[in-house]
Amino acid sequence: MSKTITIDGKEIPYEDGQTIMDAAIAADIYIPHLCHDPDYEPHGSCKLCTVNVNGRNCSACTFPALEGQNIINQSADLEQDRKRITQMLFVEGNHFCPSCEKTGDCQLQGVAYYLDMHDNHFPHFFANREMDASHPDILIDHNRCIFCNLCVRASQEKDHKNVFAISGRGMNKHLIVNSITGKLKDSNIHINDHAAHICPTGAILIKRTGYKVPIGERTYDKQKIDAVALAKENKHHGR
Amino acid sequence: MQSFIQPVIDRYGTSSDQLLPILRDIQSEFQHIPAEAIECVALSLDIPRTQIISVIEFYSFLHSTPQGKYALLVSDSITDHMLGKQDLMSYMASQLKVSIGELRTDGLVSLNNTSCSGMCDQGPAGLVNGYALTNLDRPRIDAIVKLIEQNIPVQQWPSEFFMVKDNIYLPGLLLQDPIAPGDALKARFQKGLQQTLTEIDVSGLRGRGGAGFKTAMKWRFCSEEIETERYVVCNADEGEPGTFKDRVLLNTYAHQVFEGMTLCASIIGAEQGFLYLRGEYLHLYDKLQNILQQRRHSGLLGNNILEQGLNFDIEIRMGCGAYICGEESALIESLEGKRGIPRNRPPYPVSQGYLNKPTVVNNVETFFAASKIALEGGQWFADVGTKQSQGTKILSISGDCTKPGIYEYPFGTSIKQVLHDCGAASDILGIQIGGPSGTFIAENEVHRTLAFEDLATGGSFIIFNQSRNILDIVKNFTHFFAHESCGFCTPCRVGTLLLKKQLDKITEGYGSAGDVAALEELCQLVKNLSHCGLGQTAANPILSTLERYPESYQQRLKKISYEPGFDLDASLETARRLANRNDAGAHLAQVEED
Ligand SMILES: Cc1cc2nc3c(=O)[nH]c(=O)nc-3n(C[C@H](O)[C@H](O)[C@H](O)COP(=O)(O)O)c2cc1C
Ligand code: SF4
Ligand code: SF4
Ligand code: FES
Repeated sequence: MSKTITIDGKEIPYEDGQTIMDAAIAADIYIPHLCHDPDYEPHGSCKLCTVNVNGRNCSACTFPALEGQNIINQSADLEQDRKRITQMLFVEGNHFCPSCEKTGDCQLQGVAYYLDMHDNHFPHFFANREMDASHPDILIDHNRCIFCNLCVRASQEKDHKNVFAISGRGMNKHLIVNSITGKLKDSNIHINDHAAHICPTGAILIKRTGYKVPIGERTYDKQKIDAVALAKENKHHGR
Repeated sequence: MQSFIQPVIDRYGTSSDQLLPILRDIQSEFQHIPAEAIECVALSLDIPRTQIISVIEFYSFLHSTPQGKYALLVSDSITDHMLGKQDLMSYMASQLKVSIGELRTDGLVSLNNTSCSGMCDQGPAGLVNGYALTNLDRPRIDAIVKLIEQNIPVQQWPSEFFMVKDNIYLPGLLLQDPIAPGDALKARFQKGLQQTLTEIDVSGLRGRGGAGFKTAMKWRFCSEEIETERYVVCNADEGEPGTFKDRVLLNTYAHQVFEGMTLCASIIGAEQGFLYLRGEYLHLYDKLQNILQQRRHSGLLGNNILEQGLNFDIEIRMGCGAYICGEESALIESLEGKRGIPRNRPPYPVSQGYLNKPTVVNNVETFFAASKIALEGGQWFADVGTKQSQGTKILSISGDCTKPGIYEYPFGTSIKQVLHDCGAASDILGIQIGGPSGTFIAENEVHRTLAFEDLATGGSFIIFNQSRNILDIVKNFTHFFAHESCGFCTPCRVGTLLLKKQLDKITEGYGSAGDVAALEELCQLVKNLSHCGLGQTAANPILSTLERYPESYQQRLKKISYEPGFDLDASLETARRLANRNDAGAHLAQVEED
């Protein structure tokens, strides 16, 4: 008999070595997430995937699935907490969605729709962050970085390049580029690198592609993020 | 550059876990890490330059821009504030003609704040080029200014400026008669491994770093891991404001602390240990190196210890100014030459710690106590204390009392007793137990006791009298956490800054009743969703004072029907400047209705 965990009263199977997130995705259960992508080493930093496991809060993307776990994923409390975390990400950076090329395709925005987020709630930080438009094909708008570390992981784990890193402490945290000048144009990134395409927000963009798909016909204009994520992430695992 | 860096690399080797010591040496030579040095080190250690930059930008004591030839830092702990730190610092800035946070144009001197420097019993305190300065006052500052202007090397400054006292007022079971070097190890080899571990178990010893995990259990788990390469780490990061007992233990009882580490190594099967010493305790470095050398000479460290076939040695690694590096997994990351970001758990350090090998991380006091338990037996220790908290606890007492310093008490001692012993006056406002991450108790709770069952503590005990203001205290603590958050996870990185802003809004008089409710909601969020202990405790100062002193918050609120979140008139300042007018018509009154 296979091992099982319970999520919101539903018993689902898991295999040894799987995290709660892995098991949930395989069972077609969506747990909101931003810093997680099943193709990469889990990171556990955005905290959107916080679930309650036998009374304790844990990150579903890093916490191992274990026999006897009774997990709450959908509750009024957790949804409120996740909305607040998303709002924190919005006020920390500068997210002017209507003027962003990624609008409609952005996971941060998609999660905000999913969580019914109507305002930013918290006071804005108005961080002064610069843009790096130096590269001929790729643009970084630091205003939209949420420090999910996916570009860092993609560059290391898949492209074997180390183009990006997260630097600084606390609120001074920022993304840096591995080149003598610190500019993207002097790094060894290539337009076909995984790192150039993984960003869940509009922080790393490919130039001259922004409006190929018109606004209104984009990913999250048509479908909610839970359906998109499950379809994509499940397919990845060949299930 | 290369000619300076090559010998440094030769000294430490090219393993990337040596990054911090290498950067420390470069920093002390050039007063910062020049870009050229980053390139050299990246090449030598074969790591991306981004790893070096991210490390420099993480630690408070590493800089990518030049600091003064005399780099002055003044401790920002609440106790320093209570001793007049702010006045002194302005005085210092004016005498040195430098602004706080800046480098003087001639490059001679820079002045800045630093989080608690571990000298709360002899503040106001500071650091010059990494060395602790104690008991700062105006005459001492005048003398320091003179020395700096005359370009006198720090090594030639009067030694009393750097005097760090132990201030032990009440030694107990452990402090009063330390063991002779080697005795615990001899007892260990005589009794055998299992029996020694049983003694530690019987003693009931729980970790003294705050969380209180049973020491014997931690050692047993580690020893049972299949992987045979194992490590012992002594956590001497001691960053919790108001704690300084580990400093005293290392200053006067280092042999016994090292003996405890060696004992642990013999039980878990480790050959290498680290003492992770906070950067602020640089003054102890040479002394501790000498003691390690002595122990090697007398066969208590190195190969074939006491001719029992045990091989073990200890290396000292200095921290670089980051409170989060006291968290055990962040400490391990730091030992590996990285930013101090707490790891995801599980796996725990006992199964995958340093270099992903099984590692025991214990507090200084834990190793110190364990060595004596190995000699005296578990029951000796267990006979003292309470049911769930055996033995004694060493406290670092500071704040409003006549004898700030070190006290050792059996667990179960009442707060009242402690206050009596250290000469605290009768007009107590409250006591911060366990530092900012612990609990603030009010004057009517002094019957409560020191114990894991009641008030757990890593040792920080700060006393406030009635002349102090609750909100000033909470503000200091809340700012501390915002400054020290590592920034890894959203609820802590953004949350601690939001807490700071929200609290400041209230303390500055721009808050409304709704703002207190919002503050409380935010506290719960940061507490419940943060990744590690820092975020999980960062809201404690606000939560414990909101509960006990709601009126202190209420008094600061605006009493108006509409509730503006900011000062309307002040927000027009830029517009006035641009329009070049300052007449009455250019000002807005913020109408108050009572
Ligand atoms: C933010 C933070 C800071 C900490 N600082 C220290 C410290 O300075 N010293 C310490 O021994 N433990 C500190 N700890 C606790 C350690 O993570 C760990 O529990 C402890 O070193 C284990 O040793 P013990 O079992 O002997 O208590 C800290 C924890 C957190 C979350
Ligand atoms: S740039 Fe994008 S992918 Fe990289 S850390 Fe920021 S948000 Fe994540
Ligand atoms: S809680 Fe704070 S200190 Fe801990 S990992 Fe998160 S950001 Fe870092
Ligand atoms: S998805 Fe788990 S913390 Fe980000």
